[in-house]
Amino acid sequence: MRRDFALEMCKVSKSFGPVQALRCVDFSVRLGEVHALAGENGAGKSTLMNIADGILQPDSGEIRVNGEPVTLRSPLDAQRFGIGLVHQEIALCPDVTVAENIFMAAIATSSKWFTSRRELEMKAQGIMDKLMPIPVTTMVRDLSIAEQQLVEIAKALTLNCKVLILDEPTAALTESEVTTLFGLMNSFRNQGIAQVYISHRMSEIFDICDRITVFRDGQYVGTDNVADVTPQQVVDKLVGRSLEQLFPPKPKEAPDGHPMLSVKDLSDGEVFQDVSFELRDKEILGFAGLIGAGRTEIAETICGLRAHTLGEVTMDGQVIVSDHFADSIDKGIIYLSEDRKGAGLFLDLSIAQNITALDTGLVASGGFLSGAKEARTAKDLGRRVGLKRGSIHNAVATLSGGNQQKVAIARMLAVKPRLVFLDEPTRGVDVGAKAEIYNIVRELADQGTGVVAISSELTELIGLCDRIVVIHEGRLVGEVTGDAMTEERIIQMASGLTVSPASDSPATSELGERN
Amino acid sequence: MQTTKTPLAEATAPSTRSGSRFLRSLLHQREAGLVAIIIVLFIAMSFASPYFLTWPNIKAMLMSFSVEGIVVVGMTVLLIVGGLDLSVGAVVCLSMVVAGQLFLAGLDPWTAGMGGLVASAAVGCGIGLCVTRIGLSHFIASLAAMVIVRGLCMVITGGTPLSLFSLPQSFKFMGQGDIFGMPIVIIIFGVIVIVFDYLLRRATFFRKIIYTGSNEKAAAYAGIRTNRIKFIATVFTSVMAGLAGIIYMARLGSATPSFGVGMELNVIAAAVIGGASLKGGTGSIIGAVLGIALLSIVTSSLILLNVSAYWQEMTKGLILLAAVSFDHILNKYRAR
Repeated sequence: MRRDFALEMCKVSKSFGPVQALRCVDFSVRLGEVHALAGENGAGKSTLMNIADGILQPDSGEIRVNGEPVTLRSPLDAQRFGIGLVHQEIALCPDVTVAENIFMAAIATSSKWFTSRRELEMKAQGIMDKLMPIPVTTMVRDLSIAEQQLVEIAKALTLNCKVLILDEPTAALTESEVTTLFGLMNSFRNQGIAQVYISHRMSEIFDICDRITVFRDGQYVGTDNVADVTPQQVVDKLVGRSLEQLFPPKPKEAPDGHPMLSVKDLSDGEVFQDVSFELRDKEILGFAGLIGAGRTEIAETICGLRAHTLGEVTMDGQVIVSDHFADSIDKGIIYLSEDRKGAGLFLDLSIAQNITALDTGLVASGGFLSGAKEARTAKDLGRRVGLKRGSIHNAVATLSGGNQQKVAIARMLAVKPRLVFLDEPTRGVDVGAKAEIYNIVRELADQGTGVVAISSELTELIGLCDRIVVIHEGRLVGEVTGDAMTEERIIQMASGLTVSPASDSPATSELGERN
Repeated sequence: MQTTKTPLAEATAPSTRSGSRFLRSLLHQREAGLVAIIIVLFIAMSFASPYFLTWPNIKAMLMSFSVEGIVVVGMTVLLIVGGLDLSVGAVVCLSMVVAGQLFLAGLDPWTAGMGGLVASAAVGCGIGLCVTRIGLSHFIASLAAMVIVRGLCMVITGGTPLSLFSLPQSFKFMGQGDIFGMPIVIIIFGVIVIVFDYLLRRATFFRKIIYTGSNEKAAAYAGIRTNRIKFIATVFTSVMAGLAGIIYMARLGSATPSFGVGMELNVIAAAVIGGASLKGGTGSIIGAVLGIALLSIVTSSLILLNVSAYWQEMTKGLILLAAVSFDHILNKYRAR
C-alpha cells in the first residue's frame, strides 16, 4: 500500500440521466503536492471533485484516503476525512457576516450547543487576514465577487484539511490576489497538505502545480509532471485534436466590408462605460475579458435586455432603440444566453417547443399553433444543427449538454437572425459538438449574419474569431486581429496590465496604472 | 429583419403515426391515470350501492363540482404561469354579493352580473399589479387580497345574506334549468373546459404562459414579456372565479358573505392532483378537471357509504398527498 497518497480515486464512473459525466477515471494526489486537474468545460473535473467531497455519489469505483477505502455519503463525511472543497460557484449565505460564513462548515461539525460570537470572529479574522484583511463582521452581500471568492477559500481553510480542492478559485481574482493565494498554497505544500487545483489558465497551472492530470469528455487522458510538458502539449491533450481540426478555416483576408453594426459610446451607468466598436459584414467578432468585466452586460444592452443610459447603436445604417428584447427579435437581433439552464432553455418542455420559443408565430396561423408545422420546423432545424436526438417531443432535460446547446442554436436560427450575440456558446459542451457548433457559427457569418462571440475560453475566441476586442472593468481596452491574437496578449489586456497600441479608448492608460 | 412568417413547409404528418403517438403519450399522462382511478372507483361503488351508477346520482355529482370546476380552470392557468391565487374563494363571494346588491338596487340581473365580473377583474388587476410592479409573490399578494375581499363582502352586505328570490326565472335558469335533461351548469362548464383545454394546447398566447412558468428568465430571454403574461393570467383567474360566483348566485338564489370559504384550497388541490405544479410550467385543464371530479366523487362515495364528514376531509388530504408523492417518485424513477 502506497502511503504517500492522500487521496486516490480509482475507476470512478458517474452518469446523470443520459449523460455519462465520468467513465472509469483514475485520479490520485500525493501528500504535499499541488496537482492540477485540467480539462475543458464538461470534461468531468467538477463532477469528480464533487464526488471527492461527498456531494455526489459515484455509480461505481473506489475512493481511498491515506490508503484506506472510504465511502463518502455527504460533505460531512468528507470533512471527517479531512477533505475540503472550494466550490467553483460561490456558495455563501449573503445575509450573514463573513465570520459566520467562514465557520458554516465548522459549526455543522461542532459538538457544542452554543458558539461564542467573539471567539468565532477572532478566529475568522485570523484566517481571513491570511488572504485579505476583510473585516469579518461585514455582510457577505456587501462584498465584491473577488472578495466573496476569498471568503469561499477561507471557509475551506477552517476545516484543517489534509486534502484541499480548489475548483477554479481564481476565476474572479485579480493578479495580486492570485499571488497571495499562491503564497498560501506554497505554505500548505510545505505543511504536507495535498492540493487539487482546477483552472483554465495554463500559466497558473505551470506556476504553481507539480503534476497535471488531463480529462477529456469524462475520460482520463493522462498524468504528467508539469516540468516534463509544455503548455502546448497540455492544450493538445485537452482538446484531443489539433486546433486546426476543431475550428473551421477563417477567410484568407480579414473581412473589410462596411460595418453592419456600429456602437458608439454605449454606457449603462453601472457596469460599462463608453463602449464603441464596429462589426463588419461576414465577420466574427470576439469579446474577451475576465468574468465580471461587462462582456455579457454589453451584449444584453444592445439586445434590449438591459437599459442603457448613453450612446447609440446603429445596424445597417439605422439607429436602433430597443427597450425590450421582443423588439430586438423583430429586428433580427438575438442573444444566446451563457446560462443555458437558467436563462436559455425550458428544460421540462419538448425539443420542438424550445426551438419555436423565439417566435411562436412561425408555426402558427391565426394565433393557433400547428403541431405538425412545429414538428416540421423543429426537425428541419434539428437536422441543420446536427442534433442527435430520439424524438423532438422529448424533454430537453433528457439531452446532453452539447445537444441542449444545439437546441438553443436551432431556436436562434428559426428566426433567421441578422445579428447574434453568442455568450459562451460551447460551455459544458463536448469536443465533438464544439467543432460542429463552430462550423454552424462560421456558416452563419458567411451567409451574412453578424456574429459576436463572448467566451472565457481564449482558445475558442482565438480559433473562431476574425477579430477580438478586450474588455477590462467595463471599458474596451484593446483590439487584436490575425497573428496578434495570442493568449498572453489577451490575458494581459484583460487584466488591465498593458495597453494595446491599437486601442482608442481614452480610459486605458489610467486603468493600466491603477493595476 | 425579415421576420419571415411564411411557413417553412406545409405539414403533412401521416395521421396513423400521430394516432399511435397519441396512444403512447396517453400511457405517460396523468390524465389517463386519473381516468383509470375514477373508473375503478365507479366499479367498486356500483357494487357497494346500487344507487351510485344511476343518472340522477351521476348528474348530482357533476353538478356538485361544475361551478367550482370553472374556478379550477382559472387556477390551473395561473399555476402553469408559476402563480397562485388564494383569493378565489373570496372573489367568488365578491362577485356574488356585488351582483346581488346591484340587482337589489334595481339593475337587471345580467347587467348586475357584469358588475360582479368587473369587480372580480379589479381584484385580479390589483393582485397582478402587486406581483408585476411591486414584485410581491403571488402567495402574499393574493393572501392579502383574500382578507381584503372577504372584508369587503361583509361591508357590502352588512354581514347578512342577501335574499334574491326576486331574480327573474330567465336568470335563474342559468343555474337551475336544463336542456334535454342536461343541466345548464354542466353545459357551461363543459364548454369552458373544452375551449380552454384546446387553447392551452394550441394557442400561441397560452404557449407563452407555459414558457413563462417553465423558466421565467429563459422566457424573458426569448423575448416574451413575462410580466404582461403573468398579469393577464392573474386577471383571468379572478374573472373565472367571478363567473363562478354569478352562476352560484343564479343557482342558489341568494348571496351569502361567507360563501366559498376554503374553496381556494380545494381548487388548488384539484389542479395539483391533475398534474399542475406549484413551481409552474406544467399542468393541464383536463387533468385539473379530473382532479376535482375525483375529489368530488370520493366525497359522494363516502356520503353514500355513510362515512362521517370528518373522515371525508381527511380522505381528501390523503388523496392529494398520494397523487403528488406518486408523481415525485415517478419522476425520480424516470430520471435514472
